[in-house]
Amino acid sequence: MSTLRALARAQAVAAGRAQPVAVVRHLHLSDRPLVLVPLTLAGEANAPLAALVGSAPDEARLLVVPQPRNRDQRFAFAAELAGVLLPYLDSFRQVTEAVAVDRGRDVRYRCVDAPQLLVPNPAGVTFLRLFGRSTRFRRVDGDYPVHPSVPLLGRWLTFFAERAEQPGSAALLPLTEALTLHWATGQSAVEDLHLPAVLGWIDPPPGRTGAEAAARAEDPALCPPAGPATDPEFDNHRLAPAVEAYAAAGDDPAARTSAYDELAGLLREQLAPTWELMWRGVGLLRGLPPGARVAGRWAGDRDAFTAHAEHVDAGGGPQPRRDGAVAAALRLQRLERALTGWAVQRAYDDPLVMAEHRLAGEAFVGEVTLADPARVDDSGKRPVLRPRIQVVTAEPVPMPVGATLWSPARPGQKAKVVFVTPGGDGKTEVVLELSGGMGRGLSAPAGSVPEVGERICLTSLSDAFLPGGAFPAPEETPWTHGGPPEHHEE
Amino acid sequence: MEDRLRDIRGGGPARRHNARTIAALTGNPGCTRRAVLDSAGADKPALAQRLGFPARFGQSRFAITRGNAFEAQVKADGGAELLRLVAERLGVPVPPDATWTDLGGDDDRSARSRVALTAGGDGPALFDHPLLGLDVAGQRVYLEPDLVAARLAGRFHVVEIKSFPVIDGQADPAKVAAAAIQSAVYVLALRELLAAEGRDPELVSHEVVLICPRDFGNRPMASLLDVRKQLLVLRRQLARMARVDELLAAVPAGFTADPTADPARLAAALREVPARYAPDCLAACELAYFCRHEARGHTGALGRPVREALGGVVEVADVLALAEGTRAPEPEQAEAAAVLRAAARLRAEALTGNPA
Repeated sequence: MSTLRALARAQAVAAGRAQPVAVVRHLHLSDRPLVLVPLTLAGEANAPLAALVGSAPDEARLLVVPQPRNRDQRFAFAAELAGVLLPYLDSFRQVTEAVAVDRGRDVRYRCVDAPQLLVPNPAGVTFLRLFGRSTRFRRVDGDYPVHPSVPLLGRWLTFFAERAEQPGSAALLPLTEALTLHWATGQSAVEDLHLPAVLGWIDPPPGRTGAEAAARAEDPALCPPAGPATDPEFDNHRLAPAVEAYAAAGDDPAARTSAYDELAGLLREQLAPTWELMWRGVGLLRGLPPGARVAGRWAGDRDAFTAHAEHVDAGGGPQPRRDGAVAAALRLQRLERALTGWAVQRAYDDPLVMAEHRLAGEAFVGEVTLADPARVDDSGKRPVLRPRIQVVTAEPVPMPVGATLWSPARPGQKAKVVFVTPGGDGKTEVVLELSGGMGRGLSAPAGSVPEVGERICLTSLSDAFLPGGAFPAPEETPWTHGGPPEHHEE
Repeated sequence: MEDRLRDIRGGGPARRHNARTIAALTGNPGCTRRAVLDSAGADKPALAQRLGFPARFGQSRFAITRGNAFEAQVKADGGAELLRLVAERLGVPVPPDATWTDLGGDDDRSARSRVALTAGGDGPALFDHPLLGLDVAGQRVYLEPDLVAARLAGRFHVVEIKSFPVIDGQADPAKVAAAAIQSAVYVLALRELLAAEGRDPELVSHEVVLICPRDFGNRPMASLLDVRKQLLVLRRQLARMARVDELLAAVPAGFTADPTADPARLAAALREVPARYAPDCLAACELAYFCRHEARGHTGALGRPVREALGGVVEVADVLALAEGTRAPEPEQAEAAAVLRAAARLRAEALTGNPA
């Protein structure tokens, strides 16, 4: 928790409503996200009970498992969910664009848009991950055959759950986290897991403070939990009798229909408030302008979607239960790079996020007081353009001489610290030597070198490309890591 | 002293401790209010209800049914399946059979448990529902664990049957952590029982066997949990927990936690015994919503990371006053105040759209 964010929480307590911690939106938001609100049966291992799913506020489709312990009904639910999800995914595969690869020597194609799943909270992501795990290895033949769409659903849910682990991906978002990335509430992180309470702080109803709205949201009688866990009182007093009535109806069609309707009505009542909140949350996020680097990260999601769709089309197998040594190392490296890039890109896009880094001594803002844009360094074999600027700042400058800094306004340009001179008035003069981002000639194009009077932010955070590590092929896994895998696991 | 405790809880019978309440007590050892109430065996759920901040620790029928069904399934046939799972997990030969002693029931369980568990004999044996005792905050509390003590190859192992699933070798970390600390309570109690009868407490293994359903089905699987760390924490915190007489010395005379008392009087009484609220309490203590209400406006209510990031300043109002520079910091707050002022300036600058 940065002090800046902690201060925003304190301000939220005092103001009685959530305070912004971002001035731009850091996540891509689809025009038609697939919103999914799942419920599970208490005590069971990720047994679905019901879900509301749809890609528009007025298109909520209710899926119900009247006997959640019955495995046939569980897989019938999976097939029904697949009936919604798979066509939704397919709708993004019609239009592709060519992307140059290998420095323009080749092209590949990627979908111009990609699906986006939204669930209320991190527990919703866990539900999808486990539901994907429980369905992707199911067989369509043998003793317990399932509908062919079931294993396919499992593979796609696994794909989305894996994307959700990657920092900066917007393929599957828990709404509580998407909201608290942009607003600080006046409650703790534990309480921020409750979607109704978070929205109560961000957008309290007229006449109520955020604290009052959040307290009201905690009463399950007034505001059902946002799932996947249900309220125990609801389970004991309303759900259990309805489930029993359905079981008691047996094969009598009329009794069965009426018991089903009763049960479905109950579950819809529990889910509908969260459904409304999901779309309200989406609306609040849409009100923020997107950050400059959001589209770039979304392109990464589009790439991943296209690649997985092609993998499935080509008859590739389901994701393994566990990664092998090489796959695990690759995944770790990918996640670490994504985490670094995500933190840097948010800071570059958003002065309020950069402020956290300024407070931590990783960035400072100052005014350019001197500039020599035509300076040429001819000490080497060839003369090179190396303009120098002097920046005066009132902020601490802990960076040592020789350190390389970057400026979000000119991300392709390096600025090497040449001198740091503390002034008498508490200000610091920093002389920087610039390279890159100025073309190939010996004179800098207009605007490529900061001018005198410009306010400029300089930071040690770099958004430069990080080369990937070199890993052996799986069949060349060294013996220190268990050696080559002997056989492919399911 | 017993009288004093009875007066505090309002004359009713003391609520029984179980491994969960003891494990929870070690979670927030600095909370005097909770230590007093738990030592007196006060009816905290009723208290919270009376104060207008009811606890939300309901359990779903479905979860209870599933838990019971799984336990019954594992214990079926005189524990034959259980014995096999435990022996295989421990890497000892599966004995052809084992004695099964159910120590449940009503009469004199404490003595029967003591005799059965300390009688000696090294043959494979399973003991279901033993009654164990432990000294907590100067009070003898009895635990009625829903567990089986397995004696295999001459050593006792605590066996916990839990109905949360282990999927691809992984379970919910929070649930495993809770099971580990609970099991550690049982290991400790079992060791004390043996030691009191002059037997070697180390006969009770620090390796606990956790039996959970595997993946998405009902087939049980056994895992080993090493609870040495939990035992250390537990021992240290049980030792550190103020003795109840010292605790009571600081409690004002006439203090009451009688759930039938007038709510206003109750609230006033409770306020005289300091609590140490943290957001984690919401998941562990029945009185948490009352304490949270009381802690409103304190940085601690926002969680420890927030409080630490704010330099440990206790009140939200003070944080804002220091950040705005409208209040001079105490000497020990000087550093925190400087950071807060810088943070406030940077926030305001970024929010008003100054270029960065």
